[in-house]
Amino acid sequence: MSKQRTAAIVNGDPVEFLSDPGQTLLDVLRDELHLTGSKEGCGSGDCGSCSVIVDGRLVCSCLVLAAEVEGCRVQTIEGLSTGGTLHPLQQKFLDHAALQCGFCTPGILMASKALLDANPDPTESEARYWLAGNLCRCTGYDKIIKAVLDTAAELRQDRKSA
Amino acid sequence: MNKPVKPEDTGAILKVVGTRPIRPDGVEKVTGRAAYGADLHLPGMLIGKIKRSPHAHARIVSIDTRKALALPGVKAVMTSADMPDLAAEHYEAGESASNLKDLSANVMARGKVLYHGHAIAAVAATSNAIADQALDLIEIVYETLPHVIDVEEAMAPGAPILHDHMLTAGLGETPTKASNIATKHRLDRGDLAAGFASADVIVETRYSSAAVHQGYIEPHACVASYAADGQTQVWSSSQGHFVIRGLCAKLLKMRFSDVRVIPAEIGGGFGGKTTVYLEPLALVLSQKSGHPVKMVMTREEVFRATGPTSASVVTVKMGAKLDGTITAAQVDLKFQAGAFAGSPVGAAVMTSLACYDVANFEITGWDVVTNSPKVAAYRAPGAPNAALGVECAVDELAEKLGLDPMAIREKNAVRNGVRAPYGPVYKNIGYVETLDAIKSHPHLSIPLGPNQGRGIAAGFWFNIGGESTVNVSINEDGTAIVSTGSPDIGGSRASMAMMAAEVLGIGVEQVRPIVADTASIGFSTVTGGSRTTFATGMAVVQAAEKLVIDLKRRAAETWGVETDQVVWQDGAAHCLQAGKAPKGSLTLAALAGSAGKTGGPIATVVALNAQGAGPGFGVHVCDVEVDPETGHVTVLRYTAAQDVGKAIHPAYVEGQIQGGVAQGIGWALNEEYVFSTGGIMENAGFLDYRVPVASDLPMIDAIMVEVPNPAHPYGAKGVGEVPIVPPLAALAIAVRHATGVRMHDLPLSPSKIRAAIDAKAG
Repeated sequence: MSKQRTAAIVNGDPVEFLSDPGQTLLDVLRDELHLTGSKEGCGSGDCGSCSVIVDGRLVCSCLVLAAEVEGCRVQTIEGLSTGGTLHPLQQKFLDHAALQCGFCTPGILMASKALLDANPDPTESEARYWLAGNLCRCTGYDKIIKAVLDTAAELRQDRKSA
Repeated sequence: MNKPVKPEDTGAILKVVGTRPIRPDGVEKVTGRAAYGADLHLPGMLIGKIKRSPHAHARIVSIDTRKALALPGVKAVMTSADMPDLAAEHYEAGESASNLKDLSANVMARGKVLYHGHAIAAVAATSNAIADQALDLIEIVYETLPHVIDVEEAMAPGAPILHDHMLTAGLGETPTKASNIATKHRLDRGDLAAGFASADVIVETRYSSAAVHQGYIEPHACVASYAADGQTQVWSSSQGHFVIRGLCAKLLKMRFSDVRVIPAEIGGGFGGKTTVYLEPLALVLSQKSGHPVKMVMTREEVFRATGPTSASVVTVKMGAKLDGTITAAQVDLKFQAGAFAGSPVGAAVMTSLACYDVANFEITGWDVVTNSPKVAAYRAPGAPNAALGVECAVDELAEKLGLDPMAIREKNAVRNGVRAPYGPVYKNIGYVETLDAIKSHPHLSIPLGPNQGRGIAAGFWFNIGGESTVNVSINEDGTAIVSTGSPDIGGSRASMAMMAAEVLGIGVEQVRPIVADTASIGFSTVTGGSRTTFATGMAVVQAAEKLVIDLKRRAAETWGVETDQVVWQDGAAHCLQAGKAPKGSLTLAALAGSAGKTGGPIATVVALNAQGAGPGFGVHVCDVEVDPETGHVTVLRYTAAQDVGKAIHPAYVEGQIQGGVAQGIGWALNEEYVFSTGGIMENAGFLDYRVPVASDLPMIDAIMVEVPNPAHPYGAKGVGEVPIVPPLAALAIAVRHATGVRMHDLPLSPSKIRAAIDAKAG
C-alpha cells in the first residue's frame, strides 16, 4: 500500500504529509502533524470532538480522508488564537466557565466559530441546533450556549463601533 | 484528624472564595494544548490493541497466539497466562472497592468470557493496521454457554450461573447452591406491619431503569513504559492515579515504588475512570516487547467493556396518614452488577429513604451478576435508581391523598437531629432550606399548557472525605505552588488555588495549582464521591495556614518581636509593636526573597484523612411537553436547587449541577443498553446510544443553597453527585402529569410513551 502525498494549508502554514489511502484527516492532524488539540471521541462523526474547518466548512475530521484536503485550507483549534491573543470565543468560554473536563472544548469552539462566521446573530435555538453535533457530557450545555451568544453579541458590538 | 483552625487574620470577609476567577488550566484547554491520555507520543512507542469476546458467555477452550506473534511488526502478544493468578483479595480503591481476583479476570478473561466484549488477548505492534491484523490471527476456541442479562431473570431459579462458586452472602445462613445473587443487603427500623396498619392509604409500585453509560467523551487511554530494571512509568487519564498505581502493582505483583503514574488531563470520568482496564495490559505488553506501549479504546470498546451503571428494578410499598405523614416504607432494590459482584446496590439501600423521616422501614437490596460489562461507579452510584422508585412512589401517594408534592415532602422531610436511615444523626443539613428555595422560586407559578406536566423530586448523596496529600510552597518572588494528588475533572485546580489564595491573602493568579504524579506527592485517593474540594481543599487550607504561621515567625524574627505581635493580612505580615518594623509590614514577596536568612525555603506538606463531609440534598422541578402524536418529550424548563454548603467557585458549582441534571435527563429519556437475544449490545456508539445534545435541553437554572459544613474551613460540601439523583423521577413524574399515564420503565422513549397513551385511550 503506497502512501499518498498531500499538500494543504493548515492554520495558515503550508504543510505536506504522506498518508495511507484509508487514513483520516484526524489521524494525520494528530499523529503526523502532532496537532493533538483535535480529539477523537468516537471516530464515527457522532461526537464532534474532532471538528475542524476545511475551506470554510465545518467537518468532523474523523470522517474526512487525509488525501481529500489536497489544496485546502484547514483550520484547527491550534490556529484559533492569533499571535498569543485568544479568539473572543476562547475568552468567553473561560469567562463563562463553559468547560469542565475540556475534552470536547476544541471541537465545540471550532463549531461555534463556524456558526458565528455563518450567522453573526444566532438565537439560542439556532445555537443549540448548530451545536447539536458536538457532545459535551460535563456542562449540560448551559454555559456553552451562553458563552457563544455572548461572543456573538460582543462581535456585533465590535463591528458596529469599528 | 487535625481540626482545621480558621486563621484569625483572614477574618470573616472572604476575598477570593465565592468569586468566579478564570480557571488556571483554562487557556491550555481552549487552545488545544492540554494533553489528555491519548495525546502522548514516545520514541519507539507501539500500539496496543485488545482481542475481545464475540460471545456473552463461553468457556475458553484454547487460545493460539502463534500466528499473531509471527506477523512482522508484532512485538508482543499477551493473555491472562501472562498475569499472576491472584487469590480473592479486597482492595479499597476509592469509590469502589475491588476484589483483585475479579478485577484481574475482568481486564483479561481467565477460563471463561462473561460478556460480549470481554478482553481475552492483547497485542502490541508497530502500527494500528498491523495490530488489527494480529488480532485477527489469534485463534480462540470457545464452548458457548447460555447467558443471562436481565436482573430478574438472573435471580430466577434455573438461570445460567456465571460463577460456579458464588454463594449468596447476607442471607443469614450459607446457601449450598451457587447463585447469581452475590449479596443480599438489608436495612430496617421500627415495626413495618404496625406502620402499614396505621396508614390510611398505601401505594405499591414498581419502577425499572436500563443500564446506562457514564458517557465521558474521552475514551480510556494510557501509555506504559517498562524499563529493564523494572521501573515503570504510566501516563494515564483517570480519576485517581494513585489508585491506578495500586491496582497495577497489585494485579501484576510489582512494588508500588516501581510504578510511577503520571496523570494526564482527564476527559470526563463521572466515576467510570476509578478503575483499570488498559493500564495493566499496556504494562505487560511493554515489559514483553521492551517498548513503550500506547493503548486507546474505541468508542465501541468503551461501551462494550467499561462502565456502565446498573439496570435496576425497584419496588416500593409506602403507607401514609391522611395528613401525608408517611408511616411505613418497604423498598426492594434489584441491581445488575455485570460480570462480577459489586453493583452500587449497597449505596442504593442506604440512600433510598434518606430524604424521609420514616419510623418504620425495611429496605432490601440484591447485588446480581449478569453477562454484561462489570458496572463501574457513575455519579452518586445507586442513588438515582433508588430515587426513581421512592420519589415516584411519594408522588403516587401525594396524588392518592390529594396533597401537593412539595407539601408531602416538607411534611416528612429529614431535619437536623433526625437519625438517617443508614445510621448517623443528621447535623447541619440543608434539605428543608433546599425545599424552601424551590417553594419560593418563580418556576412553580409558571402556568402549564396542554400536554405539559410538572415533576418535582428530591435527592440525596452522602459525599465523602478521605485521604489527600497537599504540598504548598512559596516561590522566591512570593507566588505560590499548590500541588495535590487529586486529578481535576471539573475545575478543582481553580478551587484549590482560590482556597490557598484566600488564606495567604494573595491574588488567585499568584497561585499555580498542579496535579502531581505518584512519585511527587503523597497518597491521595480518587477524585470521586464529591470529595476533592472538601477533602483536598481542607488539606490545601491547612497547608496554607501552616505557612502563614511560619511566615509570621519569620517576620517576628526579622523585627525582633514576639510572634504574637505579628498579624497576617492581605498577603503581608504586620507588626503590632510600634517602632520595631521600619515599614510596618513585610510582604509575602519580601519574606520569600529573604527566606534563606529566616530558615530556608518556605514549603509545607499536609496529609490527612478528611472526616465530616456534609451530606447533600437537592430538589428539582422540571416541566415537559409530550407530543401526543409521537410520544416525544420536550424538556421545557428545569430548576435544580441544592445545598452546597459553600460554593468556593460558584460557576463551577453551577456547572456540576447543570451537568448532573443533563446526564439525569439522558438517563430518563434516551439512554439505555440495548442487547440482542445473543447478548450483544446493539447500540455501542453515540449515534444509537443517544446522550443529550444541546438542542435537547433548555437552560438549567442552578440554585445554590448554602448551609455551611462546619467541618470544612469555608463550609464546603460535596456538590457533584446529588444533581443526578432527582432527574429520573422528576422526568417520570412530569410525563405522568403531562399525559395522565404513569410510566414505570426508563428510558421514557417515544415508542413507550405512545404505547402507554394508546393503552389508556383503550
